[in-house]
Amino acid sequence: MLMIMANAIDEQGGAAGCTVEDWMAYDKEVQDAGIMVSGESLADLVTATTVRVAADGARTVTDGPYAETREVLGGFYVIDVPDLDAALDWAARCPGARDGSIVVRPIADFGG
Amino acid sequence: MDERPGTPIASVEAVFREERGRLLAALVRRFGDLDLAEEVTSEAIEAALARWPVDGVPPKPGAWLMTTARRKAVDRLRRDQVFATRLAILRVEADRADPVPPPDPGADLPDERLQLFFTCAHPALAAEDRTALTLRCLAGLTTPEVARAFLLPTATMAKRITRAKKKISEARIPFRVPGADELPERLPGVLQVVYSIFTEGYAASSGPDLLRLDLAEEAIRLARILRRLLPQQREVAGLLGLMLLVHARREARTGPDGELVLLEEQDRLRWDAPMIEEGTVLVTVALTGGPPGPYGVQGAIAAVHAEAADFAGTDWPQIVALYDVLNALGPSPVVAVNRAVAVAMRDGPQAGLDLLDELAAEPLLRGYHPYIAARADLLERLGRDSQAAEAYREALDLAGTEPERELIRRRLAAIERGGS
Repeated sequence: MLMIMANAIDEQGGAAGCTVEDWMAYDKEVQDAGIMVSGESLADLVTATTVRVAADGARTVTDGPYAETREVLGGFYVIDVPDLDAALDWAARCPGARDGSIVVRPIADFGG
Repeated sequence: MDERPGTPIASVEAVFREERGRLLAALVRRFGDLDLAEEVTSEAIEAALARWPVDGVPPKPGAWLMTTARRKAVDRLRRDQVFATRLAILRVEADRADPVPPPDPGADLPDERLQLFFTCAHPALAAEDRTALTLRCLAGLTTPEVARAFLLPTATMAKRITRAKKKISEARIPFRVPGADELPERLPGVLQVVYSIFTEGYAASSGPDLLRLDLAEEAIRLARILRRLLPQQREVAGLLGLMLLVHARREARTGPDGELVLLEEQDRLRWDAPMIEEGTVLVTVALTGGPPGPYGVQGAIAAVHAEAADFAGTDWPQIVALYDVLNALGPSPVVAVNRAVAVAMRDGPQAGLDLLDELAAEPLLRGYHPYIAARADLLERLGRDSQAAEAYREALDLAGTEPERELIRRRLAAIERGGS
């Protein structure tokens, strides 16, 4: 999974710096390479809501989180590639790597 | 039965140090799993230790070890079907990315260690894990030996190695040699691992002994393997040359009581002349046929020191010029400190001190005792004894090893005697 972390957030809570065309071109590359499993772009951070359940079962819902954390998850791709080097290459080509960073994590294998 | 000292077993094990890395790399290549490869490598070597003294050494020892290890791996896979299935999937996918080449019929055991070097030095691993894994998998050290080398408890080192192997397996760090286009980006990482093993051995960052020669020698051994595997890469030649030239001074670097002897006071007759010669040839290779890399230039600096009859007679203008080249390749405050010392030798202590004082605000040099000690030395040469003593006291608090502290104490005592 490529987690697209944006660190430059504009007023609307979207990632700054890359054009829609950049993203469309990258998306097409991923599709054409036949490695796409799934992927989503997340809506602006202002629309986010956080829920926590305490030990006694009480539910707390809060607006946010707002970006006290410098990097915010902006979207993700799940791709099927043979190894980490291949995943890192795809991550490096992702437009999000240029004004933020991409965290690459394997999907857990439970032996199934 | 007989417990004679120096039974052949120990020497046979030493012979296997080299074989172990080769065997491990070949098995990793075949099975794509480091744990399995390590397990059956050890079992095959144990079998050889039991059988060879009785049956005699087979005509192709490498092939014998490989066959034995492979048979043990197949047994293990038969016993553990779930593991086998998972591994089979991994293999198919890895082959898709990077097919296994047909074995070279002429070789007793194919040398596939290069891919293991790149895996162990992969940038996705923590820096300290890279050195530990390289020593474990390629230098053939046992986990307690690696732990001792880093002055860590065995359990801590075992945990570190397990963590690194887990990352390799679960994040699927591949066993492959980067392509020609990636090599310039990835090779420095491998060289950095080898050099950090060397520097840890050469000037141990902590502990009672200044020199941990075994680590320095392991690093040289690793660099020799790399040099054979990558004969075209001039920076590999540069790194090996640099380490040989520095290591050639090992005997002269400490006095009879283990105290540190500075370059200036070393008995140059105790330098290892054949090692210097070998290092100088390698540095020449590193500097020929293209722009120099940082190891080649550092090697050249060591070579200029090596050819000087004494400290004062060193070609200091040449050393300063080489530091300028090094700084152009990758500016660093540590290089700037060394350059300032060379300038002091070329133009006098005040010129060097001026340069050092310009670096005072550099955050990376805060707490870096060679910087403070270099300032103290130049202040002393200028006769500014009280300032020199103050700087030595500061350096004393920061120095990591006992011989380094002892040297600073001696300098401090000399000033205090002279001054009063």
